[in-house]
Amino acid sequence: MYLGRVTGRLVATVRYEGMDNVKLQLLEPLDEAGKPTGEQLVAACALSVGPGDLVHYIDGREAALALPDETFVPVDVAITGFVEQAHVNGADLPLDLAPEGAPQAEGQR
Amino acid sequence: MILADVIGTVVSPSVQVPALDGRKLLVVRPVQPEGAPVGPKPRIAIDTIGAGVGDRVLVIDEGNAGRQILSAPNAPVKTLIIGFVDEVEIDGRRVYDHGAPS
Repeated sequence: MYLGRVTGRLVATVRYEGMDNVKLQLLEPLDEAGKPTGEQLVAACALSVGPGDLVHYIDGREAALALPDETFVPVDVAITGFVEQAHVNGADLPLDLAPEGAPQAEGQR
Repeated sequence: MILADVIGTVVSPSVQVPALDGRKLLVVRPVQPEGAPVGPKPRIAIDTIGAGVGDRVLVIDEGNAGRQILSAPNAPVKTLIIGFVDEVEIDGRRVYDHGAPS
């Protein structure tokens, strides 16, 4: 699993069979200082997360197992949980850092 | 399996992945045998041996092995800490020794 920060959401109307109820979020992988590595990923997500949230995610075929209601769907990145606290190299990473200009997370947790 | 240094801890509720319930999540930095970091992204690994910050550990990054260790057939888990590294020797040269004063 890796550390990431949610930067946005994504809507795709026409999708492969079985992906109908899968929510998609944009995700930035983080380095050990909590800074974006420059990559941008689209992740499947069964949690209510919004822009700025610190999460952990899994890649590869295990991502398909992270969705509770779907047994097999074609996803290769999935958010596996919120991070409540991340202490790396002796310092806490900022937990909720809304990217500039992004809408705040909807209060639906 | 890869070598990694434990550099931090992560606290996360396990609602999404019940197999993580009660498991310690550690932030690990993949390293070369001599200790140089590999890549910019640290990994979050599930601890199975009682590792802590500062330890050099052995990490698996394969889901089938991970699910067997946790006895969780459908869990989305992949990265697990499964051993401490005591020493590493390459071509007869000791490049890492846990017991050596640093």
